[in-house]
Amino acid sequence: MLDKELRSMIGDVKDGRMDRRAFIKRMAAVGLTAPLANQILALGGVAMAEGPQVYKPTKRGGGGALKLLWWQGPTLLNPHFATGTKDQDGSRLFYEPLACWDPDGNMKLVLAAEIPSVQNGGLAADGKSVTWKLKPGVKWHDGKPFTADDVVFNWEYAKDPATSALTIGTYRDITVEKVDDLTVRILFNKPTPFWADAFVGAPNTIIPKHLFADYKGAKSREAPANLSPVGTGPYKFVEFKPGDLVRGQLNPDYHMPNRPYFDTVEMKGGGDAVSAARAVIQTGEYDFGWNIQVEDDVLLRLEKGGKGRTIYAVGGDTEFIALNFTDPNTEVDGERSSMKTKHPLLSDPAVRKALSLLVDRESVKKAIYGRAGRTTANFLNGPEKFVSKNTSWEFSIEKASKLLDDAGWKPGADGIREKDGKKLKLLYQTSINGPRQKTQAIVKQACQKAGIDVELKSVVASVFFSSDVANPDTYAHFYADLEMFQIPLSQPDPAQHMRRYLSTLVATKENKWQGTNFPRWVNKDYDATIEAAESEMDPVKRAALYIKANDLMFQDTVFIPVQHRLKVEAAANNLRPIISGWANETDNLHDWYREE
Amino acid sequence: MSQYVLRRLLIAIPSLLGISVVLFVVLALAPGDPFSELATNPNVPPEVQAALRAKFGLDDPIYLRYLHWLNAMMHGDWGFSFVSRMNVDQLILQRLPATLYVIGSAQILALLIAIPVGVYAATKPYSLFDQIANTLAFVGFSLPTFFTGILFILIFSVTLDWLPFVYTTDIKGTGIHWVLEMIRQAIMPVAVLGLFQAASMTRFVRSAMLDVIRLDYVTTARAKGLGQAKVIVKHVMRNAMIPVVTLIALQMPAVFGGAIVTEQIFRIPGIGSLLISSILSNDTPVVMAVTFVFACLVVLFNLIADVLYGWLDPRISLR
Repeated sequence: MLDKELRSMIGDVKDGRMDRRAFIKRMAAVGLTAPLANQILALGGVAMAEGPQVYKPTKRGGGGALKLLWWQGPTLLNPHFATGTKDQDGSRLFYEPLACWDPDGNMKLVLAAEIPSVQNGGLAADGKSVTWKLKPGVKWHDGKPFTADDVVFNWEYAKDPATSALTIGTYRDITVEKVDDLTVRILFNKPTPFWADAFVGAPNTIIPKHLFADYKGAKSREAPANLSPVGTGPYKFVEFKPGDLVRGQLNPDYHMPNRPYFDTVEMKGGGDAVSAARAVIQTGEYDFGWNIQVEDDVLLRLEKGGKGRTIYAVGGDTEFIALNFTDPNTEVDGERSSMKTKHPLLSDPAVRKALSLLVDRESVKKAIYGRAGRTTANFLNGPEKFVSKNTSWEFSIEKASKLLDDAGWKPGADGIREKDGKKLKLLYQTSINGPRQKTQAIVKQACQKAGIDVELKSVVASVFFSSDVANPDTYAHFYADLEMFQIPLSQPDPAQHMRRYLSTLVATKENKWQGTNFPRWVNKDYDATIEAAESEMDPVKRAALYIKANDLMFQDTVFIPVQHRLKVEAAANNLRPIISGWANETDNLHDWYREE
Repeated sequence: MSQYVLRRLLIAIPSLLGISVVLFVVLALAPGDPFSELATNPNVPPEVQAALRAKFGLDDPIYLRYLHWLNAMMHGDWGFSFVSRMNVDQLILQRLPATLYVIGSAQILALLIAIPVGVYAATKPYSLFDQIANTLAFVGFSLPTFFTGILFILIFSVTLDWLPFVYTTDIKGTGIHWVLEMIRQAIMPVAVLGLFQAASMTRFVRSAMLDVIRLDYVTTARAKGLGQAKVIVKHVMRNAMIPVVTLIALQMPAVFGGAIVTEQIFRIPGIGSLLISSILSNDTPVVMAVTFVFACLVVLFNLIADVLYGWLDPRISLR
């Protein structure tokens, strides 16, 4: 938590009594990293400085070819139709957003001239509008100027239901207006603390009005530019074969100095993650391999004497075990896990606490995730300013046993604990996925030692994660006692992520299990905290509210966080890619270069 | 002869129609739709998913959708991919060269090995050559292509660093350099697929030859004093080739199917990998088109086989 002293220091920087560097030094002295200190300043309303400049090349081009290997290749190149990150990654080679995210989750300028802040007048104090200034002199690849009209057009294009843009959720509830040729204003219908969704990051890049204006609405599929993008980005479009290949070449008129470094870029699709890792790390056929979800010991073996290495980016993805607060084995009005029931075993806080003590996060990390995982006690693991420091985790079979003993759960004749005739037997489900089944085995073993009988179940991923109403095996039905998976945190902001567990959003038969609160945990304090956070414009107070929300979950043991998962990529030894856990892999491509 | 070909062609049309109905119904009844992936994306409201379904005609009854498809197909419109929103014929044409090049070369390689080895082994049954050829053939068709593929990669790419294991369609350079690179990157997939095919074909050629070589007319030909080469090529091979032609012709479409595995391993952007990725993403128009092309190929190669029979044994076309 940030106290009064910190606030007065931020005030000092704001008013010029202290310079940024001194502030950052003092923060470092109390153990905060420089990027975090920078972020605190930004939160406090001090304009964000551009991150430290790491780009070394002193001229444009001359870097030869950059060969990227995506084991799922892009299938289309219009960001508004992108069904997955692979499509966003492909279109991001050519199209650009106003700003992107750096590895620390800070905003970085791309097509915008400055980051909106309260200080520069870009952010309205009431949180209901944001004004973006555009970089002057930016040209589309065909030579036409990039202006505010293009930005406004993207909003009109995406929000039109007839266009069937998959970005409609971002643009539907906002209004975008042109102030002048190089200024746009976004109006929100309620205070919006996280205003950096529209036009920011790889999913929200901007397409040219002059090529798409005739294809807004029902004719959206027919636009020739859907297959041959004309953007503002560092590379110009050359060739596209869906699922197989995207090729680009250096844009000589690119708006950033000395960039890009590479003369051509090629993104090849297909195959699987292991062979992608091999082609980059072991044989060096490719410079970069995307999303290398491979067990760490395989990667370590490939890395021995190889031509490449793995790199990691920290985001906010948490692999967790969720606890069911309702009874999956009793049917009420034709519905299992009904809100009218209480879980016979897990409603005892001692059982939930004991289970948390029985998850050996360190062993899971050592045996499975290796460098790609971090142990954690928190459900919310990023961005850093939202991460609670008030929690801790422990693995102890003795403590768990004592806790259960004290709560009256005594081992029966078969060694399994029981109380009031109820046996401590739990069903623990997850999707089929190597690391997940291994984790299940580790947890089961510890539980057995503590006298808890755990039955394991695994469901095919395509079923487990589907929204199929008729299928009882989806994670939202949660007809088990425990279940494990992760929900990706796709923005460097927790708002979308944390509101899923409001008590109004419980997944039930009535809402066809489309509710997002699948543990069916109801806590008035949590609801009030999230509600307060969603309209809190003071960033420091807002961060404190989300930390409180996380701590409420921790106290009630709604989730047992298993690992804070990192993004894993493979890169040639001499390649210097910039990868952010908060952005797509190609979001910072203009800053990539090769060390000679 | 021409009447025979015409008759065969006329039979092909109802078979293709029947096949298309079956394919269409199976695909329509299969679970999952191309937009199910959007269900877990918080940014995509359910209305958008519903609008897309309506827009792409997924809510119409099956028979209407089939008639619509058939009508469009008659006019040469293959529909468009739900996933890449590109026309399906364009998508297939993009993938065709790689498939034809790699699979075609593999098939030629298989024939070049199987026919001489099979024929020679049959002329000297149970000789040392025959036994070695037999053993290798057994080993060859017992090893699946995904195993030999990875073995080749480990030996020739990782250990020896001679050959690339990722197939690229856009090799830079022109002229002889381009040709050499194209050959270099195809060596491994062609070898994997070709050797697998050759193994089973060798066995087949050998036994077909052995069947014929013992017939009386062959002995007669020898007794007349004809040279060994002439007897084998003119008298034995021509007759022994009839079952071999059937095998090769019927194997042609199957090669496309078998190539799915090889295409995945070497990242060859061919029809097989297009089919796999389309099935995984429930991209029905593409799956329909590709499987229908396979069906057409089966019918076409059957036809070719029939015509070849007529040429090899004129009695067949008279019947």
